[in-house]
Amino acid sequence: MRNLTGKFVVLSLFAALLGSASAQAALKVGLVLDRGGKDDKSFNEAAYKGSLRAQKEMGLELKVVEATDTNAFEPLLRTFAQRGYDLIIGVGFAQAEAVKKVSAQFPDRKFAIVDSEVPGANVRSMMFEEHEGSYLVGAIAALTSKTAKVGFIGGMDIPLIRRFQMGYEAGARKVNPKVEVESNYIGVTASAWNNPPKAKELAVSQYNKGADVVFAAAGASNLGLFDAAEERKKLAIGVDSNQNWIKPGFVLTSMLKRVDVAVFETIREASGGKLEAGTRRYGLANEGVDYALDSFNQKVLTEDVLKKVNVLKAEIIAGKITVPDYYKRNAKN
Amino acid sequence: MPRTETSASGAEAPAVELVGLSKTFGSVRANDAVSFRVERGSIHGVIGENGAGKSTAMKMLYGIYTPDAGKILVEGKVRRWRSPQDAIAAGIGMVHQHFMLAGPHSALDNILLGAETSRRAWSWLPPPLRPIDRSAARAKLQALAERYSLPVDWDTPVERLPVGIQQRIEILKLLYRDARILILDEPTAVLTPQETQDLFANLRRLRGEGKTVLIITHKLKEVMAVTDRVTVFRGGKVTGGVETEATSPQELADLMVGRAVHLQVKVPPQPEPGQAALRLRDLKLTGREGGVERLKGVSLEVRSGEVVGIAGVEGNGQSELLESILRPAELLSGRVEVLGQDVTDLPTAEIKAMGVGWVPEDRHRDGLLLNRPVRENFLLGLQSSAAFSRSGLVQWGEVDAAVKRALEEYDVRPRDPDVNAGGLSGGNQQKLIIAREFERKPRLLVAAQPTRGVDVGAIEFIHDRILKARTEGAGVLLVSSELDEVLALSDRILVLYEGRIVAEFTRAQADEKRIGAAMGGSA
Amino acid sequence: MSWGRAMDRWMPVLRALLSVIAGFAAGLAVTWVAGESPWNVFMILIRSAFGSWYDLGMTLFYTTPLLLTGLSVAICFQAGLFNIGAEGQLTLGALAAAVTGVVLAGLPWPLAPVAAAAAAFGTGAFWGWIAGWLRARRGSHEVITTIMLNFVAAGLSSYVALYLFPNPDSQNPETRPVAKSFLIQHLSVFGDAPVSTALILAVAMCVAYGFLMRRTVLGFELRSVGQSERAARVAGIDPGKIQILAMVLAGGLAGLVGVGEVLGNAEKFKLGFSPQYGFVGIAVALLGRGNPVGVAAAALLFGALHKGTGDLDFETENVTRDLSMILQALVILSVSADGLWDWVKRRV
Repeated sequence: MRNLTGKFVVLSLFAALLGSASAQAALKVGLVLDRGGKDDKSFNEAAYKGSLRAQKEMGLELKVVEATDTNAFEPLLRTFAQRGYDLIIGVGFAQAEAVKKVSAQFPDRKFAIVDSEVPGANVRSMMFEEHEGSYLVGAIAALTSKTAKVGFIGGMDIPLIRRFQMGYEAGARKVNPKVEVESNYIGVTASAWNNPPKAKELAVSQYNKGADVVFAAAGASNLGLFDAAEERKKLAIGVDSNQNWIKPGFVLTSMLKRVDVAVFETIREASGGKLEAGTRRYGLANEGVDYALDSFNQKVLTEDVLKKVNVLKAEIIAGKITVPDYYKRNAKN
Repeated sequence: MPRTETSASGAEAPAVELVGLSKTFGSVRANDAVSFRVERGSIHGVIGENGAGKSTAMKMLYGIYTPDAGKILVEGKVRRWRSPQDAIAAGIGMVHQHFMLAGPHSALDNILLGAETSRRAWSWLPPPLRPIDRSAARAKLQALAERYSLPVDWDTPVERLPVGIQQRIEILKLLYRDARILILDEPTAVLTPQETQDLFANLRRLRGEGKTVLIITHKLKEVMAVTDRVTVFRGGKVTGGVETEATSPQELADLMVGRAVHLQVKVPPQPEPGQAALRLRDLKLTGREGGVERLKGVSLEVRSGEVVGIAGVEGNGQSELLESILRPAELLSGRVEVLGQDVTDLPTAEIKAMGVGWVPEDRHRDGLLLNRPVRENFLLGLQSSAAFSRSGLVQWGEVDAAVKRALEEYDVRPRDPDVNAGGLSGGNQQKLIIAREFERKPRLLVAAQPTRGVDVGAIEFIHDRILKARTEGAGVLLVSSELDEVLALSDRILVLYEGRIVAEFTRAQADEKRIGAAMGGSA
Repeated sequence: MSWGRAMDRWMPVLRALLSVIAGFAAGLAVTWVAGESPWNVFMILIRSAFGSWYDLGMTLFYTTPLLLTGLSVAICFQAGLFNIGAEGQLTLGALAAAVTGVVLAGLPWPLAPVAAAAAAFGTGAFWGWIAGWLRARRGSHEVITTIMLNFVAAGLSSYVALYLFPNPDSQNPETRPVAKSFLIQHLSVFGDAPVSTALILAVAMCVAYGFLMRRTVLGFELRSVGQSERAARVAGIDPGKIQILAMVLAGGLAGLVGVGEVLGNAEKFKLGFSPQYGFVGIAVALLGRGNPVGVAAAALLFGALHKGTGDLDFETENVTRDLSMILQALVILSVSADGLWDWVKRRV
């Protein structure tokens, strides 16, 4: 976290130089957000902020649009392509198909997508190693728990969130093999991302069963978890953005998924004319995922726990620990 | 407060004077310079065919409509109403044809509704929050009831009271609000002959106490019986104002219609009655909500070439009897035969296709598609007949030809198949229904209230048609709450009382008094 | 007289036009408040809805389902019923088309899409039948039951899509893709826009609807029941049967939305693919006033609005896609504010 900030400063200077160098031919960037929109306090907002920062530092021409239905992605992406945008970014795996189709139709344009791997000579895929970050917050949860019971709440029941769950469970078991992990999902449709009451209900039930730390990977539904934690005086773990500030003292930490960084870097590479196709993975090693520590959770996240977790983190980065990956579960068997 | 000017001298002025009242709806001139006066302490009849403008004039007097031109003088003062509230405040009250009573509430509450009083102690509260002072109201009402001899059970829900009493409550409601001028719209439509006599006695008593009564009606006999003066409307204009003593029903009818009218139905000789067109055996039926039996074993027979009339006060099972012929499947028990065939298990469409003509008792509700053109209303019920449909397609060309011919033959005005049925006058609507139902050349004709709300000219026409069907050998079942109509048309008369046939008369035996008694339950 | 007759005939059209204009005026006023030139916004709407073959194609792509749901709601209006269930019916219709394309993957081309379309119609019709039967035989109000059935359809479709036929290659909540033999042709004149022969199917349905209502005995009976259940009953029509039939046809029409969506666009069933086509269909039917040409025009209007407002996002600084919602809502509002018109007329 702290290292990251420093790195940003360096990056920014670098980017500013680059930006001024290419000011006469401002890069045109189009960002297509998923249905949550740019104010979802989570995933889409992170992507939006990343692009805003890029705009500020590199002086590019930026246009952000939101989709209202699954059929809207394709026309939005296509309109960007038709209007001569140089880099078109689709946020969220729901756009994979649309990006694949439109990128094939416009080989001269660059495309990028978050959370999905799309083949193509002009497509950059941004993937996050969510299981690594989840592993760390799983360890933090189990180390902090006094009851040896922790909880997990997933938003929509899809492989992406299963990946969070699997990493979280593995991390918790690593530090305490006897820990019990209770897991629930809010739903199977996209509405699960925005259902705080259901999240709260699940959290209260998990707390009642003895869990004292609950991690939720559920987009805007996470707010329900924080409410429950405050009411029950228990601990919660946030996701994607740093959510520690939402209920200081009750949010143990947040599993950061730096979509903003990924989007920013992708734009930066494109503005340098060096955006390569293929998949870029963001894990612990390049700080694409991490846990959050700031003034809001200093009191609840103890030095002792931090020490142990940082050891784990170093071991993962060094390749000494392989975190189980839901995406590769079949390969193992 | 309504604007008030004084014109004629106060004390001697008539109760109501209308001067040159005009009202136009769209392109229809509903009232054209209507002028007449109603003397204080008199019973004044307002008659006219449907659409003649009598209701429009009364509604202007009562503040429901605003006149386009002309003046309304009440007790010598020129008045302008913004709403009926103003008219009520000026001492005018109206009993509508359909009573405005809240069924589950008691008579007392119905009368208080909208005129609640409370003790002075509560006057600091906003009016809707003040507790109602029932005992003071009850005392005042009791005094009124005694003064006008209008006894009422104050505490029973009004829906459980007879219609005559409900009407009495409506009148008391007006008196309670200190009405000096009472307008009654078709007050006898729902009453038995006895109740009608009671009402007339009450009206005379009100007149004796100085009240002024306006009766809107189309029953000439009643006009003759109870009024002092009559104003006749035709085509939005006043065509006559006469002293009742100096006129005759024939003169009134001619004034209403604008031509000579045959008041007496000319009944052609009855053909030799033939086979049974309709035979009902011991029909039993519970009401729509279940519970009470509405038909308690009705048996009757209608032969071809015969008109059988069902007399009875409304609500004694007539509607249920009619329904059970059309939908015998809903009967509790019993058997329905049409033209010698047991139809108890058949659907309506098949029963009607056997040659059953049907004039429903409520033409707006059951007979017409008011928002659809005449053409479609003519087709209704005939849409599957071989004449108008082939392989599931409506043959509009043939329908149009038939409609044109029928409008001509049955004198439906306007002769326009494109106009909506709801835009026709009551009489023309009924003629349209008759035209449609006769299109099949019915062998059984069921006619319920065939002339209700129909003007005099059309009544004559409809009666002729019914008798013509009889002459042509159809069996006719006539259900009507107009005893005169039943008496005039029927070869046999059955009296329905509380779900049973309680009396039977041949044409020769029929006598208004005895039938009236049977209708009231004392057979 | 002839002037009056002409008034009677054209008044509904005039009123519909006025209500649309009033709705647009209000909507554009909102953009003005947001800091845009209303004229500019209006021109963008027109241009991006009809400006090129591709744009027109996208407009027609959105028009197709709206025409079907509009007809679905309209046919129920004719029978005196209020079908709020088109959303659920179209969801299950699309699901059925997709499942057919997965399960019967071996069907050859001409037969395959026909089978899928039949499944879509049949499933939607079944869903409509439930509400119709409950209304006719149990007296449950169709507004309540169709709303409830929308929820059941949503739950059922996610179960079937995610547990029985999930797409193993995607995280999206969707079924496996249908076999290639099920796909229907795109109309190439519209370029990349996913307008398929489903548009022709929808137009054919619109013609069929007009024929049904104007020429057939069934259409006449349907309208009669809608005008007066009691009068129809006395005339020998079984209102219950007609109501059930109307709901069945309505459900089937809504179900056909699945043809364009699954066979002509997504190639699979995606949960939540419909941006409330079923509900916008209510506005389409209201605006179209039961007239097939009116419904088609209303569907085109709302389709154009949906497409046109999409580009506002690109062309303006302050107006987003949400304006589409506001504009549509305002048009719907003024369409349903019919009573207001009567009120104005009374005053004048």
